[in-house]
Amino acid sequence: MTYSNKVLDHYENPRNTGSFEQGEEGVATGMVGAPACGDVMKLQIKVGKDGVIEDARFKTYGCGSAIASSSLVTEWVKGKTLDEALTIKNAQIAEELALPPVKIHCSVLAEDAIRAAVADYKKKHGE
Amino acid sequence: MQFECCIGTTGFGVYHHPLNLVPLFKQTRYEKMVKLPIYLDYSATTPVDPDVAQAMVPWLTERFGNPASRSHAFGWEAEAAVEKARTDVAALVGADLREIIWTSGATESNNLAIKGAAHFYKDKGRHLITLKTEHKAVLDTVRELERGGFEATYLGVRENGLIDLDAFCAALRPDTSVVSVMLVNNEIGVIQPIGEIGAICREKGIVFHVDAAQATGKVDIDLTKLPVDLMSFSAHKTYGPKGIGALYVRRKPRARLEAQMHGGGHERGLRSGTLPTHQIVGMGEAFRLARENMVSELPRIRALRDRLLAGISCIEATYVNGDMAPEHRVPHNLNVSFAYVEGESLMMSIKDIAVSSGSACTSASLEPSYVLRAIGRDDELAHSSIRFALGRFTTAEEIDYAVEVLQRGVGKLRDLSPLWEMAQAGIDLNTVQWAAR
Repeated sequence: MTYSNKVLDHYENPRNTGSFEQGEEGVATGMVGAPACGDVMKLQIKVGKDGVIEDARFKTYGCGSAIASSSLVTEWVKGKTLDEALTIKNAQIAEELALPPVKIHCSVLAEDAIRAAVADYKKKHGE
Repeated sequence: MQFECCIGTTGFGVYHHPLNLVPLFKQTRYEKMVKLPIYLDYSATTPVDPDVAQAMVPWLTERFGNPASRSHAFGWEAEAAVEKARTDVAALVGADLREIIWTSGATESNNLAIKGAAHFYKDKGRHLITLKTEHKAVLDTVRELERGGFEATYLGVRENGLIDLDAFCAALRPDTSVVSVMLVNNEIGVIQPIGEIGAICREKGIVFHVDAAQATGKVDIDLTKLPVDLMSFSAHKTYGPKGIGALYVRRKPRARLEAQMHGGGHERGLRSGTLPTHQIVGMGEAFRLARENMVSELPRIRALRDRLLAGISCIEATYVNGDMAPEHRVPHNLNVSFAYVEGESLMMSIKDIAVSSGSACTSASLEPSYVLRAIGRDDELAHSSIRFALGRFTTAEEIDYAVEVLQRGVGKLRDLSPLWEMAQAGIDLNTVQWAAR
């Protein structure tokens, strides 16, 4: 698979990897995908009192473009409100990373991860 | 099995280099230079041996005659070269030179053998048997025959990758006409018991075809003893050129085929088309070298493969795919699943090492390896698999370097893996409700 330099950069130097401490204030988690399908993404967001995402973390099992998509998403959600984060679409991720057609599902999964993390936050905070 | 553990885990440096500037050489902890990238994909193809390339060249330029030209010296010398090569190919496998038919490669040989025999013997029966773990060149050929009215049984294999002979016998029918089983599997390197399968076929008058593309130069093949009717060969898996192969067609008892390629009646009418003299000379020389080198080459490659296995065995949660017993596996092959990391991303992290993966991400179909599925590996372990195929030019320094980068690469990806995190926390991944799309 020939990847764009952006994918290679995120793969070689993934941003915001890891997990938040369990029980940390304002943290919500979205986990999407399945091992049998070859990719699982875990996206965590940390939301401040003002409703803005202050920080994000990810862990991903998957191919290079899955890792790059989730790494990119952690950069993009930071500084956004939950509603703003939900406007991030897979097509933007695919375009930014110049994903080949066979890898579009990785960007779809990254969008799903945002939705899952936001839904988890809203559930925890009774919204 | 006991393996010496932890070759290469101490004292290696960390290599930093700009992304797109790969230095040609890197220093290992053994202070020896390793040329990068390292080729460990000899089952995909092999380099043409320099001696082979040299032998081929004159047949492209000054000795360009058509071996079918009977009226002048240009043709005669080309024909002599073709027949010399035929003798060398026959000698490696214990065949008579009249039993060797030139083709364009193992895919064509498989097509000619299976379609040719199925059609020739169609009045006797229309049922074929093969294995689920065969190469696509066999599976797709059998599928094509099914579309043409034949019936087929695709036998599963045991967990070690080998055929279950009882299941095979149970699958035989009075109208079974052709059986096709590979000698060496291309993904997991296991050696099928073709002698036993052939004996059963012979007793029942069934044509037995063997795809031996991955076997030449790796296992002894003696067709004077093996009850095999048809056997496919490829040059480029054995240090010969791409685009040339052969089909063995037994004379006694005679195996009959319907030609699939019609034209000038070359190769006794079984495969028309002008013979590519230079390619044939290359295959002959490659098979001659294989015969000459096997005895010294195989133990050396086995030792390197075991060195690789010992290094990999130090990485937690790794699983060897397929039987490892020396009598059941070629010494060149190692197929390992690195749990909790995905194969394609692992290949990216070891990008100076050329290998293959059973991961779906490396295939157009987005399905993980059907061979690993057939031996009972779950999808996750199939996605996490890497095939290492060693060869004539592999060195101990290359293996040590590969082990170093593998240990680093797997470590890096497991740090990134939510599955590894969960496994470390004691969560059974099989009990998790996955939000699969």
